[in-house]
Amino acid sequence: MLYRENGQFKTSYAADQQIFPIFQERWAMALLLLVAFVVLPLVGSEYWFRAILIPFLILSLAALGLNILVGYCGQISLGTGAFMAVGAYAAYNFMVRIEDMPLIVAMLLGGLSATVIGVLFGIPSLRIKGLYLAVATLAAQFFTDWAFLRIGWFTNNSSSGSVSMARLDVFGVPIESPVSKYLFVLTVVCVFALMAKNLVRSAIGRQWMAIRDMDVAAAVIGIRPMYAKLSAFAVSSFIVGVAGVLWAFVHLGAWEPAAFSIDRSFQLLFMVIIGGLGSIAGAFLGAGFIVLLPLALDQIPHLLGIPLSTATITHLVHMIFGALIVFFLIVEPHGLAKLWSVGKQKLRLWPFPH
Amino acid sequence: MGFFLETLFGGLMAGMLYSLIALGFVLIYKASGVFNFAQGAMVLFAALAMSRFAEWIPQWLGFESLLLANLLAFIAAMALMVVLAWAIERLCLSKLVNQEGITLLMATLGIAYFLDGFGQTLFGSDIYNINVGMPKDPAFILEGTFEGGVMISKEDLVAAAIAALLVVVLALFFQKTKTGRALRAVADDHQAAQSIGIPLNKIWVIVWSVAGFAALVAGIIWGSKLGVQFTLSLVALKALPVVILGGLTSVPGAIIGGLIIGVGEKLSEIYIGPMLGGGIEIWFAYVLALGFLLVRPQGLFGEKIIDRV
Repeated sequence: MLYRENGQFKTSYAADQQIFPIFQERWAMALLLLVAFVVLPLVGSEYWFRAILIPFLILSLAALGLNILVGYCGQISLGTGAFMAVGAYAAYNFMVRIEDMPLIVAMLLGGLSATVIGVLFGIPSLRIKGLYLAVATLAAQFFTDWAFLRIGWFTNNSSSGSVSMARLDVFGVPIESPVSKYLFVLTVVCVFALMAKNLVRSAIGRQWMAIRDMDVAAAVIGIRPMYAKLSAFAVSSFIVGVAGVLWAFVHLGAWEPAAFSIDRSFQLLFMVIIGGLGSIAGAFLGAGFIVLLPLALDQIPHLLGIPLSTATITHLVHMIFGALIVFFLIVEPHGLAKLWSVGKQKLRLWPFPH
Repeated sequence: MGFFLETLFGGLMAGMLYSLIALGFVLIYKASGVFNFAQGAMVLFAALAMSRFAEWIPQWLGFESLLLANLLAFIAAMALMVVLAWAIERLCLSKLVNQEGITLLMATLGIAYFLDGFGQTLFGSDIYNINVGMPKDPAFILEGTFEGGVMISKEDLVAAAIAALLVVVLALFFQKTKTGRALRAVADDHQAAQSIGIPLNKIWVIVWSVAGFAALVAGIIWGSKLGVQFTLSLVALKALPVVILGGLTSVPGAIIGGLIIGVGEKLSEIYIGPMLGGGIEIWFAYVLALGFLLVRPQGLFGEKIIDRV
């Protein structure tokens, strides 16, 4: 009834190819952005920003980057944490070693450094596939873990091994309060989400998907596997690197290599699987789910009056994640994003399905 | 020279221990084409079961013999691994037949997470120990040739012997028994095996049980060496390059890959490590395997990968 596209005719190519072709969706999106940019900063408490919204947004961005590689190009990666770490430490070094380095430039340079490392570790993908590639990306993970722990130059020879970044500002505006941090992260995430969405529906996005579906066949019809795979690695690790910068600078403030360990890589992979492989919205849904579930598990027993120890909760979260992953792979391999679009499809016909 | 030999032996022993875990990967990959990321979680789960049963069973039944307790705990843990294999097959794999390798890999990641949580909820998450009477003190050999001799840990020696025994038993099982033949047939071609009347589901339960057995043995040996705790499931991550190096489909590959990785790790740590700041053990195996993959994508003994459209 409410969600109906009757009478919305497209009279130009531009209208036909817009991201949200349906009028109601455009409004819903505008409303969502309005809530995110205006309403939330007005009503949100500090806890919301610190514990939920900022981590959610940054992890969404990282999941988005990973989804380009895994969901769109079909190259599995278990080294996402490594690329986040490269972004974070590179940006840190640019900030520390160059006087008056603007935050945005350092962030983009951090992303570019991650791109270089990503392409380097992506080169084996030209020779090896699937399971073997997963191991190659694990090599990236363990190597960076070690490098940032042991090589003093990267951490500016900090004695404790942990580095910190204080007093952030963008164009002279300080990013100190939770609200300003939130708005900064939100802006970056929106820009990158828009870019990613447009990339995956352009020629290069179609090449990635062709490679994902069958790389030999794609090569036969004239897609260069090397260019397609390495560009997916490059774009993916750039976005992941930027997410790493945000995670380290804005969310953590002070960090050590353990913040980007292999657990982070798995967590991001789970977000992509649960959210939906090959979907931009899926990255957000998956990240939201994985950020909120432990918090919910923490709160619900309290409300019901059943005391659970922290260890039990950690184990419960592990079990639920594991079970959900298997569940989603069996029942709905396209994840929450697919459920969402099925819901929309139903809504179009509601209340008269036939 | 003595020091070099000592390092070499240490590496070989460590390599045998890696092979033990790598075997689990190879078994499952051979028979079902699934790259089982949950092998590490299975090792942890089996070790937890073993150590806790060995503690609980004497309390329930009221006796004090260590040998009997270990024996009963081993049987109980093995039964648990068979139930686990059955559950994995029934609840997960049978529903994912004919899916791509990547999907199955991610499913086993899910299983790994589930097992990590489940095992620790069930058996507790402290550090436990397994006491199966492994000799702890080191031995010295070649004392006549070198000054002070070459030190070898007896524990590692026993562990390596057990690993070698396990390999022989598994090789016999695969080559000589009817079930082993069926397993190899399934590995070769699922459909052809089905068409001549080999029940896929049963075969999968068997192969996961065998992998569970390998995990149990690995869990006992590693557990008595390091103590049973969460990090045990990370040991499997060290065994991954072993499988890659040796080839995913080859049992001897797992052994030789393990030995190469073990020796390479120890020697590089001693001779290259100090130049790079130490601790390179963590990534050396991976980089070695990665370099190897570029030259020979299917591993040392793996079957050649042929792509068809």
